[in-house]
Parts: sequence; structure tokens; C-alpha cells
Amino acid sequence: MALATATASASTAQPVPQSLHFDDTVVHVKRGTQGVVLDIKNLDLFYGASQALYGVNLTVEQGMVTALIGPSGCGKSTLLRCINRMNDLVDNIKITGSLSLHGENIYARGADVIALRKRMGMVFQKPNPFPMSIFENVVYPLRIDGVRDKNILQETCERALKGSALWNEVKDRLDQNALGMSGGQQQRLCIARAIAADPEVLLMDEPCSALDPIATAKVEELIHQLSGTYTIVIVTHNMQQAARVSDNTAFMYLGRLIEYGDTEVIFQNPLAQRTQDYVTGRFG
Amino acid sequence: MEIAAAVASGAVAQNARTYHRVTDLRARGEPFTWVLGGALCLGIVMIVGFLLLVLWNGFLTFVPRPVAVVTTTAGKVSAGEVARTDTFRPAPDALAKLAPDAQEKIKKAEGFAGRTLYRIGNFDLYSEDFRWIDDNEIKSTEYPKNIVYVERQEWGPFIGTVKAITLDGKPAEGTDFSAPAVASAYSEALARGKRVREIERDEIGNVNHEVERARLAVRKAELKSGRDSQAYKDAAAHFEQLSVDSRGEYERLTAEVQRLRSINDKFTVTFAEIGGREKTVPMVNIVRAYMPNDLSFAQKVGVYFSRWGEFLISEPREANTEGGVFPAIFGTLAMTLLMVIAVAPFGVMTALYLREYAKQGRLVAFVRISVNNLAGVPSIVYGVFGLGFFAYVIGGSIDQLFYPERLPNPTFGTGGLLWASLTLALLTVPVVIVATEEALAAVPRSMREGSLACGASKWQTIRNIVMPRALPGVMTGIILAMARGAGEVAPLMLVGVVKLAPELPIDGHFPYVHLERSFMHLGFHIFDVGFQSRNSEAGKPMVFVTTVLLITLVAVMNAAAIIIRNRLKRRFVGSQF
Ligand SMILES: Nc1ncnc2c1ncn2[C@@H]1O[C@H](COP(=O)(O)OP(=O)(O)OP(=O)(O)O)[C@@H](O)[C@H]1O
Ligand SMILES: [Mg+2]
Repeated sequence: MALATATASASTAQPVPQSLHFDDTVVHVKRGTQGVVLDIKNLDLFYGASQALYGVNLTVEQGMVTALIGPSGCGKSTLLRCINRMNDLVDNIKITGSLSLHGENIYARGADVIALRKRMGMVFQKPNPFPMSIFENVVYPLRIDGVRDKNILQETCERALKGSALWNEVKDRLDQNALGMSGGQQQRLCIARAIAADPEVLLMDEPCSALDPIATAKVEELIHQLSGTYTIVIVTHNMQQAARVSDNTAFMYLGRLIEYGDTEVIFQNPLAQRTQDYVTGRFG
Repeated sequence: MEIAAAVASGAVAQNARTYHRVTDLRARGEPFTWVLGGALCLGIVMIVGFLLLVLWNGFLTFVPRPVAVVTTTAGKVSAGEVARTDTFRPAPDALAKLAPDAQEKIKKAEGFAGRTLYRIGNFDLYSEDFRWIDDNEIKSTEYPKNIVYVERQEWGPFIGTVKAITLDGKPAEGTDFSAPAVASAYSEALARGKRVREIERDEIGNVNHEVERARLAVRKAELKSGRDSQAYKDAAAHFEQLSVDSRGEYERLTAEVQRLRSINDKFTVTFAEIGGREKTVPMVNIVRAYMPNDLSFAQKVGVYFSRWGEFLISEPREANTEGGVFPAIFGTLAMTLLMVIAVAPFGVMTALYLREYAKQGRLVAFVRISVNNLAGVPSIVYGVFGLGFFAYVIGGSIDQLFYPERLPNPTFGTGGLLWASLTLALLTVPVVIVATEEALAAVPRSMREGSLACGASKWQTIRNIVMPRALPGVMTGIILAMARGAGEVAPLMLVGVVKLAPELPIDGHFPYVHLERSFMHLGFHIFDVGFQSRNSEAGKPMVFVTTVLLITLVAVMNAAAIIIRNRLKRRFVGSQF
């Protein structure tokens, strides 16, 4: 019910975000024009007996960049990994609540996890290239779909590597082993791999933590380019980066979503005290 | 505030700590390093010592040794190579019979006397190959240059002198072995001998094989459609025809063999042993003859390598104590490779299921413990199982189904190469499973997640990411399995290894590869030559040589596998920086 109100009020008064409370979360989302992609409702998550997420409610707008910020260990990665069901691999995990992609519950019984993951790309906190050539790494998502056409593969590879600002460095050694690259290069390779198959949603877990400022700028530029067409959820510890690239920002603390809304508001004039403390660096 | 307090307390602690100029020895852990280093040294000394012993004996076996002619005080003359020396305590009555100065010497040595074992050869004349001679009884030792050492096809070596050479029934001039006429007659005789073996083994073998096939076809037709059927009559007629035809062929071949043999009988060498008794040996039976006391260095090297060559490429003779071990090398290699072919996919699949698919719980833990325990079951138990299950149950069923005409002679229903390989595969599968599981567990989770996040299924992830990455670890398991399997003997004795199997598992008869055949194995060969032969003293050097060969073979196979593994490692594991 509260969500409906939020949507209504946001569409009437676009520029001035309104604050709304449901549960404890302060919400003042900047609405896009293309509707909601992801709708997370009352998400609780337990690693064995310890709870990592407490009743998270979050809607991700299509075509917009959503940043997840918060102190280390607050559950950002956990939340992100719920979106493409990466947490399924963890033993003894319990997830309650619902998470729907275009209105379709992805945790429903019989949901096709593989099809779901094909619609999403993911960049992990630590680079995880595969033990193959650079080329094969980038086109891996296409390979597993059975794409054989050399031209398509090569085009995809080039486009994805250019997108992740890696093309110039590796264009002459695409057949070399990806494990021989530097950490930062590996991370950009993983970004290339994530965008190679044109995912609808791109999930990025601190993609720039291993990158130098130039590569970081390139990735941010990439995020700018992609926003509008793709929906991006990005976890970052870098406040400036969150402020630069995102439309909406969610601030999490100890497994709870404290404040979620327009990035400008979060960073300049947050409504919750904790957010205020965090973005001004008074704790964390 | 808090930080300041912490720093302050740290400063206090620093002051409270006493400093030594030199770090205490115990604190540095030096003594533990010494203990560890000592343990390592002990291990290395044992292994290196063992290897040196084997290599030293193995590589010296084929060196031609001088032949000593020993005359004892009693006037007995013997000629032989020194095999080894020994000290012993002579019995009192024997001691009493010795010369006084010899008695004195023994007394000085606290009752011990020396003796030497000579390889005197000439088993056909002496009924013994070796003779102990007490050092005290020796009057003189000489090394006459005209002594020859002859290695023969039968009866082992002959040591003596050349008395006469007969070429084509006529006595030849002189007794020089290297005279051109003798040398060419010798090589012709060898060629004839080879031809005789060819005819006996291959050509008569082929004839017999054909007839046997026809006979089996008759039996098959009888079993399938009865004695009154047309098929049976046709087969029987064919068999009759073939028997008649082959008889002619057979007679022709045996006549040829007779002819060649009778020619070869006219080319002989007559030797005399040191005591003067003569022995006439057909040239064709002489494998190698040389004058041990009159060899130049180059000639010694020549004899040495020609012996190695014979050892590696020819078949054994003289109850395996002489000749080569080629069938055993072949059998060992074939069995090990077949074992790897069987054990690798089986072990890897098991490990994949256990690690990747099975729900990790009590049942899987139990299975895992059981698998590990399997590695501790005595290998002979596997042999018994292999014989009972593979040979009798599976092999017996195969015989019933596919080879009923050959019964009661078993085809697969007895030990053979295939069953031996499978038995060893069973024996070594725990090693592969454990190593593979460990390798799978070591594949970083982030890699699997990366693949799954791209939308790969579990199987695609395993095939494309996990398996390549785990492959070096799997190879380690296979290497260990191979090393264990190649050196295993006990179970093989039950499932197909035999003392002598002149027929290799690969030959020119359809279907060319005969996995049901029994085979020879280097490990068993060592056991057989060393402990089962008529003359274990003569077999002893062969034990060392065969051991050297087996160790080399295992080392080569392992080295090959390790090279492959390192290639894979460089490709799939790489550095992460
Ligand atoms: N596999 C797991 N099993 C048990 N607990 C886990 C697991 N993964 C994460 N946690 C716990 O869940 C909480 C949230 O972890 P998460 O990785 O989501 O933090 P984060 O916000 O991404 O932190 P960072 O910024 O350091 O990456 C932490 O307390 C962590 O200890
Ligand atoms: Mg994280």
C-alpha cells in the first residue's frame, strides 16, 4: 500500500523527492519513465542462524543506475547476490520475502535460474577470469548459448572490450591466457564478460576497487553510456563514485536498508540521521 | 580518545618488555629446524642408498669380467668369474686339515676365513654353475688369455678354450673365432636359425591357427544349428579340406626346418673345459663368445652394450635367467596404460559426483571414508576379487555368450591382460578419487560463480571451468595411481601374469589385439628370477637389471605425466597477480 502511494506521489512531483517511511526505511526514489524492473519485498536472509538482511524493501527503476552504499559487512554484496540467485550456492542459506523481475517472482518454485542469470550480468568484487584465452573469456556467455559464428563472436568481443576500456591493451593478444593479465585488467575483462551478452540488468559489486583512476573513469563512462538502456545496480565504497554515476542510492546499515532515494538528496541532504553520519564520514 | 589510550598502553608494554641482544635460540626455533632437516636427510639417505645399490648392481651386471683359473693346494683346477666374496668360520675338523700357516692366519682373524664364489658355468658338464673356493686352499690364480666365455642358447655359459671349429662338416684351420670364414659361417648359421624360428613360430603357427579356426567354426555351427544342419556340414567339409591341405603345407615346412637344422648341425665349435673335457656346440646355439682376459676397452664396451641390447629387445631363455625381457616390458607398459585408461574416467566421474553433485551429508562422508579405506586393503585381496569377479564371473559369461565353441578352454574366463588392468584399476581408483576430489575442492569458488553468473548450467560450469582447472590435480592422482599400479605384483599373479608368455597381446592374427591373453610383467619377472628359478645365484644379477629397468620405466611414465601436468598447470592455473 505504501509503495503505491510512493509511486503516485513520485510521478506527480518528479523533481522534488518526497520522503516516505515503510518499515524503517526512508524512501524518496527518483522515478524513471520505464517503470520498475526489480521489486524486492520484505527480504530476510539468514546465513545459517545469523541474519544478514532484515526486511529489505527496494524497487529498482528500469534504465537507471542504483548504487548500494554502506559500511563493510552491512549486506550489500548479499543483497546484490540475491538478485541473480547467486546465493543459492551457499549452504544453509534461508531466504524469505519476494524478489520479482518484471513482476515475475524469481524465487518462485520452478523458476528457471539459468534463464534468469542469462538476463543479468554480474561483476564480482574480486576479478575472476576463467583459465582460458582473453577472447574465450569475453565470449563465454555466448559460447554456452552455443553461438559458433566467428563474426558474431569477434564483434561481441571487440564491443565488450571497448566498453570496459580494455580493447587497446589487449587487442593484439586476444589468444593469450587471461590469467596472465594484471589484476586491474582482469577486472575490466570481467566487466567485458558481463556486458558481452547484452544483459537487461547489470550487477556490479565494487567493480572499480582494483582499478586505477583512468580505468575507473572509463568504467564510469561505460556506466553512463549503458544507463538508459540497461539497468545497473552497483555496490561501491567510493562516495564520489556513487554520487557521480548513480540516479538512486540505497544506504544500508547492519543488514537493514536505512534510506533509499535520489542520489543528490542522499549525499547533500539525507533524511535519515545515520545516512547523514555515514556520508559525512562521521562513522563507518 | 580510545586510540590514544591504546597507543599509551602499547608504550607501557614496550617498556615492560625485556630485550635480548641476540634472540633466544629456542625462540628462533633453530633446534626444530635441525630435527626436521635430520629427518629429511635420513629419508634421502635411505632412498638414495637403495637407488644406488640397485643402479650399481644393475649397471655392472653386464660388464664382462675376467675369468680366473684357480688351482687349489689339492690340485683341483677351476675357471670362472668372481661372483662375490664372503667370510665364514671354518668347522674345527676342516681347520685341522689345513696347512699350519693357514691355520695361524685364521686364528689371527678370530676364526674367520675368506672364500670366493666363482661362476664356473659349464652346467652340462659340472651340474653346478657356481663353486665356493676357500682362500686358504688356493695355490695359484692365473688369467690365461686364451680362455673363452661362451653364452649359449642352452645350458648357460661355457668357460674353457676353443679346441676345434668345424665348418660344413670339415675341420677349419685354426681356432680363431674372428677369422673371416668363421665369422661369415657364423652369421649364416644365425640366419638359418632365425629362419627356423620364423617357420616354427609364425608359419606353422599360422597354419595351425587356420585349422583351429576351421575347427571352431565346425563346433560353432554344431552348437548353433545342430549336427544335421547344412551350416554344420559345410563347416565340417571346409575343416576336412583344410586339414588335408594344411597337412601338405605342414610337411613341407617341417621338411624345411629339418633341412636347415641338419645344415646347422654341420657348423660346430668344440670347446674344452679347464679340466680337458670337450663339448661340441652348434654355432647356431652360440649367442656370444669373447675372450674375457684379452679384451680391449672398446671390446668390453661392445660386449656390455650388446648384452643390454639383447636384454631389452629379445625374449627370455634359460628359465628367464638369461636373454631379454622384451615381453615383460611390453606387458608392463600395456597393462599400465590400459589401467590408466580404465581408472582415469572411472575415478574422475566418481569424484565429480561425490564433490559436485551429491548432497554433502553423512552418507557421502561415509562413502568418502570407505573409499579412503579401500586404499589400505591388501593388494592380494584385489587379486582374489579380480580373479573371482572379472575372470570367472564376467569372463565366464563372455565365454558362454561369445565363445561357446571354445569351451571348455576358457578365452576370457581366465586371467589375462584386460582383467589384470581392471583389477589394478580397482586397486588404484581410491588414489584417483581422492586426488580429483581435492583438485575439485581447490577450484576457486569465484570461478564457478563467474561461470554460473553468465548463465551457464552446472554441467557447463563443470565442463568448461572446473574440470580444466582441476586437471593438473587429476593428473597428479593418475601419476600416483600409475606408480602404484606399475609396481604392483601380488594381485597380478592371480589375474593373468605368467612366468613365460612368448605370445604378445598384439600380433598379426585377427583381431590383432588380444586382451584375453596372459602376459609377462617386470615386477613378476623379478620375483620369478630371483626366487623361483632353479639357480637363484645366476638369477641374482638379472634381478638387479630388471629392477633398474622397472624403476626406469615407472620414472619415464611418471616424467611424461608430470610434463603433461605442468603444461596444464601453466595453462589453467597461472598466477593471480
Ligand atoms: N557465505 C556466508 N556465510 C556466512 N555469513 C556470510 C556469508 N557471506 C556473508 N556473510 C555475512 O553476511 C554479512 C554481510 O556480508 P556482505 O558480504 O554482504 O557484506 P558487504 O556489505 O558486501 O561488505 P563489503 O563492503 O566488505 O564487501 C557479513 O556479516 C558477513 O559476515
Ligand atoms: Mg561485498
